[in-house]
Amino acid sequence: MITAGIDCGAKTVKVVILKDDKVIGKAIIPAGIDTKKASEEAFEEALKEAGIKKEDIDKIVATGAGRADQPFTKDSVTEVSADAKGINFLYPNVHTVIDVGAEESRAIRVDGKGMVMDFAVNEKCAAGSGAFIEAMARALEVTVEEIGPLSLQYKQEIAMNAQCAVFAESELVTLVHQQTPKPDMARAIHAGISDRIVSMARRAGLEPDIAVIGGVAKNPGFIDCLNKDLNTKVIVPDDPEFVGALGAAIAAKEI
Amino acid sequence: MAKYKTEPLKLWNKAKEIRQQYYKNYATAHEKGGIRWAGGAWTFDAVPAGLGEDVYSLTSEPYGASVAWNKNFALECQEAAEAFGFARDLCSYMRNYWGSILIDKYVFGGPFPKPDFLWQDHICCSHAKWYQNISYLEGGIPMYCVDMGAGAYKPFAEVTESQIDYIANQLLDGIEWLEKVTGRKFNDELFFEACWNDFRSTSRWAQICELNRAVPAPLEEKTMYSLYVLATLQKSWKVVADFYDELYEEVKDRVDRGIAAVENERVRVITDTQPPWAFLKIFRYMEKYGCVSVGSIYTYGLEGMFVYDKEKHEFNHRPLPPKKPETREEACRMLADWHMCKPEYQHFVHPEYKTLMMDAICKQWNVDGVMLHYNRGCEGLSVGIAEVRLGLLKRGRKVMTFEGNMGDEREFDEARTVQRIDAFLETFGIRKSE
Repeated sequence: MITAGIDCGAKTVKVVILKDDKVIGKAIIPAGIDTKKASEEAFEEALKEAGIKKEDIDKIVATGAGRADQPFTKDSVTEVSADAKGINFLYPNVHTVIDVGAEESRAIRVDGKGMVMDFAVNEKCAAGSGAFIEAMARALEVTVEEIGPLSLQYKQEIAMNAQCAVFAESELVTLVHQQTPKPDMARAIHAGISDRIVSMARRAGLEPDIAVIGGVAKNPGFIDCLNKDLNTKVIVPDDPEFVGALGAAIAAKEI
Repeated sequence: MAKYKTEPLKLWNKAKEIRQQYYKNYATAHEKGGIRWAGGAWTFDAVPAGLGEDVYSLTSEPYGASVAWNKNFALECQEAAEAFGFARDLCSYMRNYWGSILIDKYVFGGPFPKPDFLWQDHICCSHAKWYQNISYLEGGIPMYCVDMGAGAYKPFAEVTESQIDYIANQLLDGIEWLEKVTGRKFNDELFFEACWNDFRSTSRWAQICELNRAVPAPLEEKTMYSLYVLATLQKSWKVVADFYDELYEEVKDRVDRGIAAVENERVRVITDTQPPWAFLKIFRYMEKYGCVSVGSIYTYGLEGMFVYDKEKHEFNHRPLPPKKPETREEACRMLADWHMCKPEYQHFVHPEYKTLMMDAICKQWNVDGVMLHYNRGCEGLSVGIAEVRLGLLKRGRKVMTFEGNMGDEREFDEARTVQRIDAFLETFGIRKSE
């Protein structure tokens, strides 16, 4: 059986094609302002990698904030369900999955079969999402790719008190004027977001093993802070941003 | 193919007619030489009934909810209240009500009908200030307020004679006050009858709620809102007590015949406090999943008289007292004892009491999950709600939370709430039908 999952996120569209429980194709495309167009492009790319045609796919399921805007299927699951299924497929021992995406983050407690036991969502504040790191990277005049490794070079832990992305930026400007080294500021940014995420995850209940997915999981500075705050070593899958799409592809087998 | 048979509630229109009659009676009371008074839905409305059969009330919370349902009118009221200087984070029913006075519009049409006196009880700080401000806004209406600070009821706490006396004596003093401000002689026979109607209404409504333990549930919560509301309007009104007797028979018949409120019932949930009144459509949305809300401690226990049984961990209706009151003192004591038992009072004392009652409801009503409304519009009923969530989770219940406001639509994010509902209902392994 061949299934596909399409995750229409706020910033990127991800597609995973699954054949007999094996990923045979995947693609990621910036969502831009036209989700439909981005979905079509991502799908084409994934089909190409899989070496199959769209007609070969038995079932497609969508997820993500823009799941209703893609043109391929009316079947969908929420990001919470998709993340749970995806992580359970990859790591059956994971009982807590933290998904930090571009504009939203969530923590999900999962049982050993991929069923959601509880979840918490940070949906009202940018300070717990990738958008926050992007904004802070701009303020530090580094790229999103650079800010994570940069933070690992910190010498001093500085507390950023602001709980809000807007106020945090103001606080960062103050630190810049105080000639604070960039690595220390980058560390403070990641420590701040980690603090918020852990606080949210506690609402869902933290149960080991803990995995982190979503685009922000690729940021080593954030993961380092998270490991410290959670006092454990979190699992980061190889392609953390594809786990939601993978979960949707798994859901497609069940619908 | 539907899983269960369903059919409309036969008494639906009658419930609506009683509600309309109630608001009309209040608005037109002066035309017939009658008296108008205002107070909360929790107040001892049986007491002013002793002033005569032409005495009509306006209870504030259901009025605030009626305003909330009318989004444009609500916004007008809220902006008027805020422009006057009242803070936006105050009780939203209260702001709707004050705003209605300030713009001088009755949500059911015409100018806002000014009450002749205020008869209230102090259940939370908002309620006490609510009427103090009404008195002020309306130019100094006489106000009487009964303090309910007598603590929790059995089995959560021991109830001493002096605790009952504390409330009963305030009611006795209140009767003298009513005679003084209205110039009328108090009729004890009317009072006794009103007390009995109060006991009948609130005990019978609890029994109706118990019928919803059946699978499939004969009622769903959105409909229950239109039924329980009659007790919030005037529980001591014979019309309301008689209606609940009739309703009990119809709902029992639905249970006997297996008539469902939601024909594809698969998952049963309960909610908690007041819903966001302008967005009751979320209940219909949940039905697409086959999810039925079978009630809440709010719809059951705001007016329904239940007792928590600690030994059995059960939540059952309180039977009628063995006899009607025969003296004024006895009636006041019976009223005090009866209303101290109200389930919604208990959590003002400790959130654990509410958790225990809700967990018992989950057990007896075959509930799969709980939806807690972080209701920013009601400090009273939202107090301790995060503790309740933890308590229910500890007892193995599935719980989701959503933020909102019962009376101020500006604080409710419909899309986000629907998203949360989607995620929550998917955890039961059910899918939405198109």
